[in-house]
Amino acid sequence: MPRGNQKEYSVQQMITEKRLKKKNHFNFEKLIPGLLLLTAVLSVLTTIGIVFTLIFETFIFFDRVSIIEFFTNKKWYPFSATDASFGIMPLVVGTLKVTGIAAVVAVPIGLATAIYLSEYASEKARRIIKPILEVLAGIPTIVYGFFALTFVTPILKQLIPSLETFNALSPGIVVGIMITPMVASLSEDAMSSVPRSIREGAFALGATKLETTIKVILPAAVSGITASVVLALSRAIGETMIVSVAGGSTPNASFDVTSSIQTMTAYIVQVSTGDAGYQTTIYYSIYAVGMTLFLFTLFMNLFAQFITRKFKEEY
Amino acid sequence: MNVTLLRSQSEQDEKTQMTHMEKEFVYKTTDLNLWYGSTHALKNVNLDLYENEVTAIIGPSGCGKSTYIKTLNRMIEMVPGVKTSGEIQYRGRNILDKSYGVEDLRTQVGMVFQKPNPFPKSIYENIAYGPKIHGIKNKKVLDEIVEKSLRGAAIWDEVKDRLKENAYGLSGGQQQRLCIARCLAIEPDVILMDEPTSALDPISTLKVEELIQELKKDFSIIIVTHNMQQAARISDRTAFFLSGEVVEYRDTTTIFSNPTDKRTEDYISGRFG
Repeated sequence: MPRGNQKEYSVQQMITEKRLKKKNHFNFEKLIPGLLLLTAVLSVLTTIGIVFTLIFETFIFFDRVSIIEFFTNKKWYPFSATDASFGIMPLVVGTLKVTGIAAVVAVPIGLATAIYLSEYASEKARRIIKPILEVLAGIPTIVYGFFALTFVTPILKQLIPSLETFNALSPGIVVGIMITPMVASLSEDAMSSVPRSIREGAFALGATKLETTIKVILPAAVSGITASVVLALSRAIGETMIVSVAGGSTPNASFDVTSSIQTMTAYIVQVSTGDAGYQTTIYYSIYAVGMTLFLFTLFMNLFAQFITRKFKEEY
Repeated sequence: MNVTLLRSQSEQDEKTQMTHMEKEFVYKTTDLNLWYGSTHALKNVNLDLYENEVTAIIGPSGCGKSTYIKTLNRMIEMVPGVKTSGEIQYRGRNILDKSYGVEDLRTQVGMVFQKPNPFPKSIYENIAYGPKIHGIKNKKVLDEIVEKSLRGAAIWDEVKDRLKENAYGLSGGQQQRLCIARCLAIEPDVILMDEPTSALDPISTLKVEELIQELKKDFSIIIVTHNMQQAARISDRTAFFLSGEVVEYRDTTTIFSNPTDKRTEDYISGRFG
């Protein structure tokens, strides 16, 4: 640049001018941390508020129904006018049946998908399959519910004639399908983040792809994989629409998967959409059930965090 | 184990006899060309590598030296779009022939990488991994292999009390010697080293260099290095690569004291690269 140009403008001069202007203005930069803190506090406060409501109403419920009965009684007949009983066991069993079946479906398929995507798929295949998985994760659960009721249940009925129209098997399978992308996607992330150099180390010893995957990559990614499974299962526990549509509304403490069930979530839906009077025992019971559900998912999430920390691999 | 010990013993005898006669080739490279897509990375490479020697491959960045060494155990196949022509004979068989099982080749030809890459497992498991995937399950035998390999890589005394600890707790230099031990555990014939000391401090580098001197009694070693002094210190023969071609290949003393090619002279005297 010709020397003469310097007189027309200087970058330093422009910067100085701008800085002087800024100094006269109100310093917005200083406000930023406060604003950000406010939003953070807001979400924390909301959560605390929800938990408090839950706890508060749950206490009212336990004033009317003993906590021991709630956890030990094996009968859940809240609507009986003469002989109402509130034993949460049938609802818990309903939830566990659906979650268990979902795990049986989602863990192997999700893991196999993750292994394929991370270790075997070509760049092109990965580019096509991963977005499809993500779309699958975005389907509204009510759609899955109808899929279970009108598509999966009739097929299962062909195979198992004794299957009831509402049952645990069909929603269980469909919840499994719903959480498979989550298991696949999070496990794939965990496996892909194992450095390439570690794979090379195994290949250089004459290990095949399968030996490398099973004996090096999976153990190295175990914390991420476990976390993905636990998170997916805690979603399955909280899943509502699929089980409401296809699971039925018959609380049932047996481990038979062919008969109608009711899960904790489905019960809450039933009461909230029905005409249980405000401040009746039934009304308060949904808070107690909600609290139980909350504890379930809370412990699952804590467990996932524990696993992630405990088996955290350094590389 | 006894059988392998015996076999390696008799191989050893053969090897010592052979040094008295003429040295055997481990690798014979004939008209090797390699392309990454449309980039011609190796051009008509002809190179014969000798048994029980340290062969150094030197040259500036991008000259093809790493590409070449990765071709020797076909690690290069992991790069998409690689094409080769020509022949590389390892112990008389063309390894570029697709019928040559790549796992078979890599159990004979070990590799040590630029950055130490131990598995995120215990020190013990790092060494036992190779023998295990090749079917050795006996705990006692594995214990012996682990000790022997760690001793072989001159790291046994430093780690013998912490075999169950994670390998990532070791220093960089120790990790690299662990990776060498991991390689020794399957008793390979050749060890390829791709700039094994470039991520290490001078003292760790010295230890690895001493180790290489020790290892060449039992193994044939091919080492890529950026460091010409290192090549001069540790190798018996040196190949100088430039732009994908072998410019000069002769015994190390000669190439450093009396290079034939002007380009070799320029490079080793530090005029470029």
